[in-house]
Amino acid sequence: MATVLESEPEGHTGGSEHAPVPEAVVVRFAGDSGDGMQLTGGQFTLSTALAGNDLATFPDFPAEIRAPQGTLFGVSAFQINFGSTEIDTAGDAPDVLVAMNPAALKTNVGALKAGGLIIADTGEFNKRNLEKAKYDVSPLEDGSLEKWQVLAFDISALTLEAVKPFGLGNKEALRCKNMWTLGLALWMFDRDRQPLIDWLKGKFAKMPVLADANIAALNAGHAYGETAELSGPLKQYHLAPAESEPGLYRTVTGAEAISYGLVAGAQLAGLELFFGGYPITPASAILHNLARLKEFGVTTFQAEDEIAAIAAAIGASYGGHLGVTSSSGPGIALKGEAMGLAIMTELPLVIVNSQRGGPSTGLPTKTEQSDLYQAVYGRNGDAPMPVIAARSPSDAFECAIEACRLAVQYMTPVMLLTDGYIANAAEPWKVPDPASFTPFPVTFLEEPNGPDGAVLPYARDEKGARPWIKAGTPGLMHRIGGIEKNPGTGNIDYSPASHQTMTDARKGKIDGIAASIPAQEVTLGEAGGKLALVGWGSTYGPIHQAVRRARRKGLDVSQIHVRHVWPLPENLGELLKSYEMVLVPEMNTGQFKTVLRDQYLVDAKPLNKTSGQPFTIAEIEAAIAAALA
Amino acid sequence: MNDMTPIKTTLKDWETDQEVRWCPGCGDYAILKAVQRVLPEIGADPAKTVFVSGIGCSSRFPYYVESYGFHTIHGRAPAFATGLKLANPELDVWLVTGDGDGMSIGGNHTMHVLRRNLNTQILLFNNEIYGLTKGQYSPTSRMGTVSPTTPLGSVDRPASPCAFALGAGGRFIARAYDVSKELPAVLKAAHAHQGAAFVEIFQNCIVYNKDVFADFTEKAGAAMGQLWLAHGEPLLFNKGTKGIALDTETLSLKVVDVVDGDWQAAGVRVHDVKNRAMAHLLVEMPFGPFPMALGVIYDDPRPTFEAAVIEERARASAGKTANLAKLLSKGQTWTVE
Repeated sequence: MATVLESEPEGHTGGSEHAPVPEAVVVRFAGDSGDGMQLTGGQFTLSTALAGNDLATFPDFPAEIRAPQGTLFGVSAFQINFGSTEIDTAGDAPDVLVAMNPAALKTNVGALKAGGLIIADTGEFNKRNLEKAKYDVSPLEDGSLEKWQVLAFDISALTLEAVKPFGLGNKEALRCKNMWTLGLALWMFDRDRQPLIDWLKGKFAKMPVLADANIAALNAGHAYGETAELSGPLKQYHLAPAESEPGLYRTVTGAEAISYGLVAGAQLAGLELFFGGYPITPASAILHNLARLKEFGVTTFQAEDEIAAIAAAIGASYGGHLGVTSSSGPGIALKGEAMGLAIMTELPLVIVNSQRGGPSTGLPTKTEQSDLYQAVYGRNGDAPMPVIAARSPSDAFECAIEACRLAVQYMTPVMLLTDGYIANAAEPWKVPDPASFTPFPVTFLEEPNGPDGAVLPYARDEKGARPWIKAGTPGLMHRIGGIEKNPGTGNIDYSPASHQTMTDARKGKIDGIAASIPAQEVTLGEAGGKLALVGWGSTYGPIHQAVRRARRKGLDVSQIHVRHVWPLPENLGELLKSYEMVLVPEMNTGQFKTVLRDQYLVDAKPLNKTSGQPFTIAEIEAAIAAALA
Repeated sequence: MNDMTPIKTTLKDWETDQEVRWCPGCGDYAILKAVQRVLPEIGADPAKTVFVSGIGCSSRFPYYVESYGFHTIHGRAPAFATGLKLANPELDVWLVTGDGDGMSIGGNHTMHVLRRNLNTQILLFNNEIYGLTKGQYSPTSRMGTVSPTTPLGSVDRPASPCAFALGAGGRFIARAYDVSKELPAVLKAAHAHQGAAFVEIFQNCIVYNKDVFADFTEKAGAAMGQLWLAHGEPLLFNKGTKGIALDTETLSLKVVDVVDGDWQAAGVRVHDVKNRAMAHLLVEMPFGPFPMALGVIYDDPRPTFEAAVIEERARASAGKTANLAKLLSKGQTWTVE
């Protein structure tokens, strides 16, 4: 619900419907990709987190690094939903839109709630920029924005004025616009400026004049809010802190959480971590993060291509490190053959797939969940591999640890699915205590394990896993490879019996993982009933909020959110059969739905979205209403 | 190679119980024997030795050596070896590849393992044909090669593995052929080199490309066709009656006659393994007008990739403790009471 508005708009982002004090606000900052909108959003997020609000963010930026200025396709946006209640999504429709130029207005205003507030920089609404945004007449003047409240003033000029004492060039001075805007936003939501001032001082430690100019712009924006309060639609608002469990909190993005989770997983396994990666959006952030954590026994290797990245990781696993690689759809496709080798040689490996829109290059910076088939089925031969999906940035930490556990305990590659949304989005995170996780130390084979001192690299334990033999161990020399092998010695053996036995063994081992994972719980609601919404990955937030709202209206609907996508939890089939209807919202054309239908013969129905944007709560609410109508 | 305590072994110790499955008469047998002969001579430790290969006839090699071995996927062996070596730098890693595996599908990895200078021996068996897939022409096949995919003869120009390796930044480039008695010495020199050591081994595929190197490997053509290089020795062949000189006008090599052994008078060059410019000329020498340059063509070590990675890791970790709890609570935090 809007905080800054006189009238109460429709569509709430959470919380009690009729409270005079809104629980949550959605703000979207939109500007040119060179305007620093992601940075503005990130800093606003931090201030909001420090103020104790729960929050979720959605950075939405173009694939081009510096798209031509002022163009529609060059618009970069950052949306944040924050409030005094539990926040699971970046919010459906913004209450406030900050538009730094005409193109930003044009591409974003459609999403704004009726009655919402537009803050626009008139300094950028000149003839040239209007033309680039394909406006014949300035929308600020032709009445086309009537259903919203418009606060238009010359932020550019106000910024130039504020930073005048520092003698910057025009271009550099205008770069401070985002700080001016942030100052205004901080005032609107009664946020402390000090953490930001400290951050600017640190960032520009070597160029104090830039720090001073940015701080001056920030303060000027803030002061503008104070003086403008007397008239117009601008109102200051204070959102109470959200109720959360006691403890230490920070904000975390999915990419950070995965990086930390991998480090934690390797520590719990008692191993050093080897990460082979190749630059690709949006997966690169994990490589960036890990490259700075060398003191944790992390070796990062930027390979010559995606194949070399996974190959090096497998080579490192053969040498006794925990090999990890990461990519997005196109890169994962390239890694397919090597995944097959890791499955065939039965070496531990974690593959992180930060999904993006596809096929092919698709939508590099937009989110999608369309690599599920690729993860579960996408290799030649019968090549079973466990797949885990993270539901949020903070959940990604635990998922990464779980992926490491499965990899080393079952001697198998494991795919961890995340997506562009989770990788980039930030949310508050209750800092976990690493000591609270149960260690799963690896024991390497040190002595011959067969009769008469024979080495049997493909002997199996009760879980069906083979021993891990570190290359270099005295007395245990053996050869492994991608050709079918003898069930015990691992020597080349493509006899019919051998291939049957080994295929069964590889499948049985992965199927058996179902016994080592928790039973599927009902995430929200009851076991059994009319309708279950079954989700996986980053659709958790909108499904959760939609089910919450529907249940508040008395509808018989429950949420089941699946982390272990393959193999599935043992009780999932029975659980699904306890509902009359099963609806599967996914950002793809129905992949998990197909898996569920195949595995359980349940009449799972799809709810699909492939626009590169996350589901809104309203979309899922509407689908629930339609299903139960 | 790696510095390690020499281990006493015999050729027998390096044989596995696996039946060797190359075609009878294949040049690979001779290369396998040469390697198994060299390993005891250099004091290699089977437990610390790893053979990593890709796909192809040559890549079956690891199964026949009693050490650690990893038969990986087509063309990617250098990448597996890189991860392995970074995880455990004390391993002595040999890469076995072929002209299809290393120059075609894996050309990219061959380039980068050389550029990075991973401390490993790279043995590229060049038989100028795809053997395991039944005889298609390869990237090193000569123009006009008739094969199932080129029934009218191939029209594309062949790649030169040694020229490629040198161009990629290789610091050790050598050439030999399968049945040469010099092969063990070349392998030993490759092993002694700290860094990526690239050895092209001409290998006779008796089924699909028989005798393609016979012009210089057979006795009749050996004297005129083979130029064996030795550091500090003149570039002489044909029993010392011919030599290689540098035409300083055109900056190219030329064959000169040597009369009464006076190679200096004929202007014959002395081989210097550290002369990179000469190495370029020697690997590019066209066979026919010139003999085939064999032996160690270039050998000028520089720091290895894994040493740099280890050094950097040590530098980045110096004075830091790996405290995960501290890492997780890094940055701006707040406490909820």
